[in-house]
Amino acid sequence: MTEAPIAPKNNGNLVKDAQVQYVNELTTLNLGPTHPATHGIFQNILTMDGEKIVAGEQTVGYIHRAFEKIAERRPFYQITTLTDRMNYCSSPINNMGWHMTVEKLLSIEVPKRAQYIRVIMMELARIADHIVCNGILGVDAGAFTGFLYVYEKREEIYEIYEEMCGARLTTNMGRVGGMERDLTTTAIRKINEFLKSFPPVLKEFERLFNRNRIFMDRTIGVGGISAERAMSYGFTGPNLRAAGVDYDVRVMSPYSSYEDFEFDIPIGQHGDTYDRFMVRNEEMWQSLRIIEQAMKNLPEGPYYADAPEYYLPPKKEVYRNMEALIYHFKIVMGEIEAPVGEIYHTVEGGNGELGFYLISDGGRTPYRLHFRRPCFIYYQAFPEMCIGSTISDAIVTMSSLNVIAGELDA
Amino acid sequence: MLTNQFVAEEIVKKFGDDVFDFEEPFGMLTLSTTREQIIPMLEYLRNHSEFKISFLTDITGIHYPDNAGQEFCVVYHVHSFIQNFRARIKVFLAEADLHIPTATGLYASANWMERETYDFFGIIFDGHPNLTRILNMDEMDYFPMRRQYPLEDATREDKIDALFGR
Repeated sequence: MTEAPIAPKNNGNLVKDAQVQYVNELTTLNLGPTHPATHGIFQNILTMDGEKIVAGEQTVGYIHRAFEKIAERRPFYQITTLTDRMNYCSSPINNMGWHMTVEKLLSIEVPKRAQYIRVIMMELARIADHIVCNGILGVDAGAFTGFLYVYEKREEIYEIYEEMCGARLTTNMGRVGGMERDLTTTAIRKINEFLKSFPPVLKEFERLFNRNRIFMDRTIGVGGISAERAMSYGFTGPNLRAAGVDYDVRVMSPYSSYEDFEFDIPIGQHGDTYDRFMVRNEEMWQSLRIIEQAMKNLPEGPYYADAPEYYLPPKKEVYRNMEALIYHFKIVMGEIEAPVGEIYHTVEGGNGELGFYLISDGGRTPYRLHFRRPCFIYYQAFPEMCIGSTISDAIVTMSSLNVIAGELDA
Repeated sequence: MLTNQFVAEEIVKKFGDDVFDFEEPFGMLTLSTTREQIIPMLEYLRNHSEFKISFLTDITGIHYPDNAGQEFCVVYHVHSFIQNFRARIKVFLAEADLHIPTATGLYASANWMERETYDFFGIIFDGHPNLTRILNMDEMDYFPMRRQYPLEDATREDKIDALFGR
């Protein structure tokens, strides 16, 4: 903590106007760029009057990797690896959102089985994402135990990822046109085991937190935002739903057969930290419901679309079949040209509406690709949400917003 | 359910010659307007009794260096939760005069979206409370998403583009 006798540059205007009201000397506190409670690299410059926060400003961009620029030089299938690295807590959702965008552009119809497998993987990713957010929220509020209980289950989800694509964190899962492999018997066994073993753990997690007096005191009424302000600030996903707006992309504009499943959209009332926590918890239950239905009704059939120009042919074919070899070569070398088009496709990411705005000029790479990253848009509300509260409240507020630095900075 | 046709007709009724280039790529209503009309239009869409397009999804920029007189494009995506209706509004700007009014008065979320657009394309949003770089470092003296800045070092000789179909 550093003492600043004069008002800090960033918050100059506010401090100058309001200075007379504060009895104490104002202090500038740098929360971040590397602070254990930010869980990522971004800075909050907070102006403090004693224990109270009177102004705040964020600095972001510490891990900006120019994805949009890089994407302008990459063939479509190579962009998948960029999307992994945005919200790395739920990479499969990003991957599949991107695949669906390209499929829409190429007018590829993906078979039902592939769509269901995608739904299963996306919902597993959502559970993993919410586990991280809620577990860490507990840690930041001083309750370490719950985090350890649920993190074991996140490990199991990562094992399922591994079975599906070979990777754990940056998954690069699926292909344009479907999945790269079918659900194996091991994967099915692991998913079924997870469906059985996760509910008791989540129940225990909820027992630890939901009616815990200390946790409730720390989170109820902390970091609240009204529905109007949340919409004005571009909130989406669980954070918007906690404020009482029932907007969910999966229901509003269903993709990948979400219309086949029955699930509820939990919403909160006050938009505070406790509501965000509860909404995420309930969403995990709903995700389990979706996975159960998808596993039960998993259709038979191919797991990739019949689009040889865009989908890598099976290896066996490549060795024996001339056409398959040609397509394999063309796809890998990025020789495939996409049609001209302009498209905005969106999926419900872990944090909200993850959008892909793609402009193709008919070349092998996008002419322009823009990612609508939910984190980046709603994080700007953070100062408004924590002004007037204490540092410890600001920490749990930030935690419950689930700001992922990778998504923030692209 | 709102149809693109209905919304387009209403907008034409209100703005007349200031809206043009209506399109429907993949079903999304897309239209262009002038920079003088963009803020009135966002306001009109938000306050319209039927549309209630009150959510700003995204603002971003595009650079078309060969499009003389209209080198830059600012794209607004708006959404009505009540009607589940999306629209895309474009404003083309000339490179010599990259000014457009800010939407921060209507939507708080426009703040960082506009800063990002400024950061990457150099488009100046008049009236923005804090139009500074957001993702790139402050010392940067160019706008990296413009097409004239190649991603790779153009002087490299060990990578022959012709071999890779580029």
